[in-house]
Amino acid sequence: MKLVKTLSKATLKKSACKGGCGECQTSCQSACKTSCTVANQKCENEKQK
Amino acid sequence: MVHIFKQLGYNIAMDIESGAIHILEDAAAEVLKLLTPPMVENCPEDVISQLKDKFSEKEITDAYSELYELYKEGMLFTERDYEINIPQEYPIKALCLHIAHDCNLRCKYCFAEGGDYAKGRKIMPFEVAKAAIDFVIEKSGTRRNIEIDFFGGEPLMGYDTVKKTVEYARSIEKEHHKNFRFTLTTNGLLMSEEVMDYLNKEMSNVVLSLDGRKEVNDAVRVGINNTGSYDRIVPKFQEFVKRRGGQNYYIRGTFTSANLDFAEDVKHMKELGFKQTSVEPVVLDPSSPFAIREEHLPAAFAEYDKLTEVMAEYKKNGDFFNFFHFMVDLDQGPCVIKRVKGCGCGGEYVAVTPDGDVFPCHRFAGMEDFKLGTVFGGELKQDIIDKFGESTVLKKKDCEECWAKYFCSGGCPANNYNANGDILKPHKISCELERKRLECAIALKAFEADLQEND
Repeated sequence: MKLVKTLSKATLKKSACKGGCGECQTSCQSACKTSCTVANQKCENEKQK
Repeated sequence: MVHIFKQLGYNIAMDIESGAIHILEDAAAEVLKLLTPPMVENCPEDVISQLKDKFSEKEITDAYSELYELYKEGMLFTERDYEINIPQEYPIKALCLHIAHDCNLRCKYCFAEGGDYAKGRKIMPFEVAKAAIDFVIEKSGTRRNIEIDFFGGEPLMGYDTVKKTVEYARSIEKEHHKNFRFTLTTNGLLMSEEVMDYLNKEMSNVVLSLDGRKEVNDAVRVGINNTGSYDRIVPKFQEFVKRRGGQNYYIRGTFTSANLDFAEDVKHMKELGFKQTSVEPVVLDPSSPFAIREEHLPAAFAEYDKLTEVMAEYKKNGDFFNFFHFMVDLDQGPCVIKRVKGCGCGGEYVAVTPDGDVFPCHRFAGMEDFKLGTVFGGELKQDIIDKFGESTVLKKKDCEECWAKYFCSGGCPANNYNANGDILKPHKISCELERKRLECAIALKAFEADLQEND
């Protein structure tokens, strides 16, 4: 029986190569105006997809 | 750095530097808690001896072997071995347009001092909004997606300016190779059917302010004559959402120390027929009767636990319902650069007041020390822009050892400044709440994965 299940693989390093295009939504323009939450923003870099 | 926690019955381990997340059976969780890097191939004897009363030796060594495989694959105890290159230029591509420094409500926790930001009541003339559109086109460089949030006060008090601004931006976006996305935040009081249809046509997202149950909402979201707003607003929001089709919206509430049972407010929003919600903790000076202080945290945590269970139940029943602060994208989410840079306040995102003054964001509006310039030309204060642009989570000492650093990027700069006088020093209460919400959000992802597996 497996005792560890991976929910999400290592993604951060890979994202550093093509990231930073700045096309994604600014977090305060969604619903959040008083707390900073960035991890729920969608990537909008066409090269990343 | 590895963060291990238990939520919704799942043992979860997050490998912070790689971004990997694992769900662990009890034996694996207990083994992992005893480990420090570097790992060696065989399970250390002291780990076996410490756990042998709880698990069989085979379970312990099997768990260790699986963890060791993850370690070798760069998904456990990872150290960052690459540079995060933050762009040194910060083109402005998102505006919070303060259409009205005026409001037709007097919410008791309002950070904008009753809507006028303590600067006098004003509606933004179209000439200012037009200059702001020209300003963002010029300042956004090669960025294509431009975001304009109509904000206030209550922006529908300047509805005419909103309409003219949208029309102007649309008329010039193609020639400048831009794609404008408009959003609006409203308390709903001025929503006629004509306004609803207009917003549904032009706004990519609309944020509708409501705090939940009638007694909760009406205790704080009151009119100028101090009467509650719930009955005047809810039917309009319901009609608006019905007309909106599948487009984005949020029913957005604030919880305070007076409604630490805010899961009931989220449930109430669902009962009213809303499916996209956000309920955020109020941020106020600790002396305010509504402020959330350290002593309120255990109750707030317990409420997030409760809400997580409620959300899991909705998911189990195939009932679509979204809570903004439990959204997390583990696959196609933001790149590490975005995660480190954060909200973009004072860099890619700025606020424009009705007079055309530019501030780092809506929370800094009116704070003269932070005024960057105006939309009518002239240089912006580069020293302030640089200060915000450089304020990544990597510069925040208190965040170095925090497992949540790539999810919140060191918190809201305004909250940090208001609490600690320094945009680089995180607001402790916000940090505590953010970490709790993230644990809940990730546990719900584990729950979703289980549901899919058993489908």
